[in-house]
Amino acid sequence: MPDALLFGTEVFLNGLMAGVLYALVALGFVLIYKASGIFNYAQGVMALFAAMTLHGIMVGQVPFAHLINATFGTHIHHFGWEIPALLAIVLTVIVMILLAWLVQRYVFRHLVGQEPIILFMATIGLAYFLEGVADLMWGSDIKTLDVGIPQGGSFWIEENTQWMGMGNENFYGFFLDKLDLVATVIAAILVVALVLFSQYTKQGRAMRAVADDHQAALSVGIRLNSIWVLVWSVAGFVALVAGIMWGSKSGVQFSLSLIALKALPVLMLGGFTSIPGAIVGGLIIGVGEKLFEFAVGPLVGGATENWFAYVLALIFLVFRPQGLFGEKIIERV
Amino acid sequence: MKIKLATVALGALMAAGPAMADLVFPSLSYRTGPYAAGGIPFADGYADYFTLLNERDGGIGGAMTRVLECETGYNTEKGVECYESTKGEGALVYQPLSTGITYQLIPKTTADNIPMHTMGYGRTSAKNGKVFSHTFNYPANYWDGASGAINYLLDANGGDINGKKVALVYHNSAYGKEPIRTLEELSKKHGFDLKTLPVDHPGQEQKSQWLQIRRERPDYVIMWGWGVMNQVAIQEAANIRFPMENFIGVWWSGAQHDVLPAGMAADGYKAITFHAVGDDFPVFDDIQKYVVDTGKAAGAGDQIGTVLYNRGVYAAMLAAEAARTAQEIHGTADITPGMMRDGMEALEITQARMVELGMPNFGPELKVSCENHGGNAMVGVSQWDAAAKEWNLISDFAPTDGDIINALIAEDSGAYAAENGIEERCN
Repeated sequence: MPDALLFGTEVFLNGLMAGVLYALVALGFVLIYKASGIFNYAQGVMALFAAMTLHGIMVGQVPFAHLINATFGTHIHHFGWEIPALLAIVLTVIVMILLAWLVQRYVFRHLVGQEPIILFMATIGLAYFLEGVADLMWGSDIKTLDVGIPQGGSFWIEENTQWMGMGNENFYGFFLDKLDLVATVIAAILVVALVLFSQYTKQGRAMRAVADDHQAALSVGIRLNSIWVLVWSVAGFVALVAGIMWGSKSGVQFSLSLIALKALPVLMLGGFTSIPGAIVGGLIIGVGEKLFEFAVGPLVGGATENWFAYVLALIFLVFRPQGLFGEKIIERV
Repeated sequence: MKIKLATVALGALMAAGPAMADLVFPSLSYRTGPYAAGGIPFADGYADYFTLLNERDGGIGGAMTRVLECETGYNTEKGVECYESTKGEGALVYQPLSTGITYQLIPKTTADNIPMHTMGYGRTSAKNGKVFSHTFNYPANYWDGASGAINYLLDANGGDINGKKVALVYHNSAYGKEPIRTLEELSKKHGFDLKTLPVDHPGQEQKSQWLQIRRERPDYVIMWGWGVMNQVAIQEAANIRFPMENFIGVWWSGAQHDVLPAGMAADGYKAITFHAVGDDFPVFDDIQKYVVDTGKAAGAGDQIGTVLYNRGVYAAMLAAEAARTAQEIHGTADITPGMMRDGMEALEITQARMVELGMPNFGPELKVSCENHGGNAMVGVSQWDAAAKEWNLISDFAPTDGDIINALIAEDSGAYAAENGIEERCN
């Protein structure tokens, strides 16, 4: 095979994997928007908060230690124990459920029926508040997150694809990161679980009913507040998964909240209301930006990925404003 | 009895004389936000050194020091606000800790007659004191960093890197682009092939750049990164099994938090530096005794010996020595910002002085002058030992390529002078 085709294929595969990671972030946005019409600006910060909480629980860090020490003159930092990753994940999920309840109880319950822009602004406030709380709770240092996910290029894939180069000495076999492969499997399980949950469980059906028409759902006895707490909890869980994947790559640090920027073009392309849309949108953005960087990047000095993702999304938006899988916009007069 | 009388007399004299003001050293810190992991240890080191001087020596030349901290969040607008709100307090020297803030403050500090020290960042051509009267960037600047990296490759290859492939992975910003011109000139001089690979802010996703490195197999990779870009790049390099000993970062890509997330995979990674690493210096024993153990540390006291804590201590030491020099020049302990500028311009740090300060070989020897605000331009190389979780200096501080750098500095500062109608001084 010629070099361009071989390397282009490698870039394509890695674009798919990157797309899955983008989709993991986008999923959280979709869940909340679908159920409540809120564009949750705080989704990236939720991923950061979840990952910081997971790390803090795993290493037995005392939350708010700096605040406690400054107030009481103590010198406590750690409880002196470590918790296995799986148990820590379960405990973090409980924290995220508690957070969902607090957000619903103290913010959005008071904003029912407000304009979408008001709700959006509330999520901006929530994002900055949560970032500050995370800083106070767990500190600003970069945390190494190791939940046992393997990292690095897969030797097996490299060795077993080297023949495709047919003697091309510049080709060393396809590079695929093991962490990306794990993320792909987890994303697939997550999507299947979410679809099954929304189709076949009582709460899932209630969620869909609220998403369709919350006033009609109220009239048939569905408790709106409970459903919204449930939705924010599920979005919190998705944020935790995204936080683990991204945090394992770069360490858990405040820049993690910026991964939300990667989800925006995915949402524009896939639609704000479709779970499959988030996945397909993520894959298209991932592959599109990587292939563009591969083919055009060297001609224009590189660093095209950030802006090209938005260009790609805009092109789709022009032809299909609701996104690939979004609900069709019908205005009846 | 005589001693008692003398003590009483001195006390009475001090009480009767005018009250001596504190020597104010503003600290434009960033303890919050995405870059706090780097900002906290620097700010702690900077504050702890001045606390040490107060507690151990009674300040500088008898005048107590006061660190005036202002949070910038590494944000240029906030940094300028910090400057405006603190300059009236008698601030002696500003260390903005951000190239963006530096560019904003160059004209302001010049107009206000307050010196600014941008150690290893900021506007490189500010080294030319003939044009930049109030900005200092000793002991090293970005272009020294680029040249230091190439000097190291020359040493590692017996002085010949002709035909070698060198890739520069850089933060796609004004900061990240700083070394390109210097590296281009150096590639012409030494015959190596330079490939530049920009990474967009914040640098969380770098798959394309590292796949390209995997395809093109450069012999060496130099990194000009910042924030999350550093951790991701080191992890990605490990992922593609790029030999870590051939991967060299600038000093803003060479702290503990840059390498720890990659674990053992980061072993052997190198970084250019202009100061020592580790905690094996008498000054740290004093900081432990007089500052940390007495509960006066700026932070938890657990950062001593980390790269950026050391950088903070080093910056404070250079500021304190400049203040001491200013006191000697003007014959008063109560110096003004203008006097401080004179002290910075006459600063000389010798090995003997560093030994006296409990910091032997902590940085290169340096001498500042009216023409040269950048010192002697000497840098070293440090290497990460992942098993011991420590940085080690693996080279002496060595001079950078003055022929190329000085020509570039003259060109850039000349353009600045022409643009702003500045007449050269020091004649």
